[in-house]
Amino acid sequence: MKKQRIQNIKKALTGGAASAEALRQVEPDVMPVYPITPQTPIVEAFAKFQADGKVDTEIITVESEHSAISACVGSSVAGARTVTATSSQGLALMNEILYIASGMQLPIVMLISSRALSAPINIHGDHSDVMGARDTGWIQLFSEDAQEVYDNTIIGTKLAEETKIPTMVIMDGFTTSHSVEVLETLPDAVVKNFVGEYQSKNSLLDIDNPKTFGAVALPNSYFEFKIAQAEIIDKVAESYKKITGEFENISGRKYGVIEEYQTKDAEQIIILMGSTAGTAKDVVDKMRMEGKKVGLLKIKMFRPFPYREVAKVLGKARSVAVMERVMPFGSVGPLYSEIVNTAFTNKLTKIQVASYIYGLGGRDIFAKQIEKVFEDLIAKKLKEKIKYIQ
Amino acid sequence: MNFSNNIFKIVFFARAGQGAKSIAEVLAQSAMAEGKFVQAFSFYGPQRSGAPTKTYVKISDKPIRNHEPIVDPDVAVVLDDTLIKSENVANNLDDDESLIINTIKTEKVIRKEIHDFKGNIKTIDANMIAMDIIGRNYTNGIILGKLIQVIEIVKLETAVEQFKRIFEKKIGETLTKKNILAIEKGYDSL
Repeated sequence: MKKQRIQNIKKALTGGAASAEALRQVEPDVMPVYPITPQTPIVEAFAKFQADGKVDTEIITVESEHSAISACVGSSVAGARTVTATSSQGLALMNEILYIASGMQLPIVMLISSRALSAPINIHGDHSDVMGARDTGWIQLFSEDAQEVYDNTIIGTKLAEETKIPTMVIMDGFTTSHSVEVLETLPDAVVKNFVGEYQSKNSLLDIDNPKTFGAVALPNSYFEFKIAQAEIIDKVAESYKKITGEFENISGRKYGVIEEYQTKDAEQIIILMGSTAGTAKDVVDKMRMEGKKVGLLKIKMFRPFPYREVAKVLGKARSVAVMERVMPFGSVGPLYSEIVNTAFTNKLTKIQVASYIYGLGGRDIFAKQIEKVFEDLIAKKLKEKIKYIQ
Repeated sequence: MNFSNNIFKIVFFARAGQGAKSIAEVLAQSAMAEGKFVQAFSFYGPQRSGAPTKTYVKISDKPIRNHEPIVDPDVAVVLDDTLIKSENVANNLDDDESLIINTIKTEKVIRKEIHDFKGNIKTIDANMIAMDIIGRNYTNGIILGKLIQVIEIVKLETAVEQFKRIFEKKIGETLTKKNILAIEKGYDSL
């Protein structure tokens, strides 16, 4: 692809409005929604675009999230570019249909402002909701700030449509969705040209080429369907690499399935996802000034999990701390579990892995607390048990 | 202007419905228009009108990556003086930093009510000015004007321009004009 002249436009938007801005440019055909806090700014901003006649999208207001995602399945199977947005209980209520969307290879894009799950009721950010949907066959892209939300919405649309795998674009509830930050957006024409017009290869409305969706598969074939589905998701990394390469040409911003920050010679590394990465980068800079060899590994794509890329980073470190925002009842954290698995299967037996849980139900995380995690690693204060950063 | 860690940090103490979020937005958009990087966000408690809220604005010459709430502000702004009983409004404000407060009380009285604060206290009776100009208790524009007067982090013209851009369509020309006058009154106040 020929390199284009990059024309970024600076804006100050909330993460929610940044994703709506990207959606305005992508212009989906259909958006079924049942808005819930804290995805509020996403649908609020997008519905305004629609009411002002800036997009031709059909917004379908339904009576529950189960209906929203069901309408997405219907719309997507008919061949329409389809998006929705949700959080927390809404995503939990969608759960049944999430598997149907991925099983039927429908490239739905879902914007998620991640939030805690009840009980007790809490409207604030953590990753309980999205971690509960991690094995539904969807792609999961995490965002650090408004810029990444905007970019992931555009990249996610193309990724979903090329791989025929539904994609979740995730931002941290409130911290990102409701926080105004400066970002660079692309001209409408550049985004439209990048994502192209959506042409479904398997439209139910294509009556010249009739197809069956959601058929019954008995014990003699269901297994093979699932193997085929697993094989497709294994190829996502390849498509992502190609798409982010093209995106770099138009935006100047480079993305990978992971982001390494000062990991090259790092002896201690923190691994995490989402908005805390920004705060952690400041901590890394401060500790580097003091001569401490610390680094950060940010997971951008959680599903499919980037085992190969993570293994390369783990191979260099003495110890790592995994920080995550979900309570693993009767188990260990999902990200911790992936990291230990990566270390084990790559025979990285010397590395020590510590587990930290933080930020549940919107609990603030401070730079000082992240610094303490690094200090623990340096002092080899590694507990086998999960440590809570309260 | 005192940049700690190269980021200037402002905390607004208000009650839900007083418009702290709106002026934080105007301030953030103004700073961006002047080429700065910003972050503006609120703490959302129980969402009911009148509940105490905290709104944060960070302004810097460089991109802001840190997503912590502000615990060590460079200036604190209080939109309702009854909040000083329940909130620690001068928390971590240094002796050379300012507290701006909407109150009918004098600086002396406020200083007595807030213990252990040696910095500047700037009082403004925004309620009275608002009733005078707008005819309703819309004090946020006046407070914004006062804040810009004290910290000089953005130009008054930029704030007026941004206010117009963001709110004119929403609240109409008449109310916009009155609010702009309110911002200017706050900026010119003693």
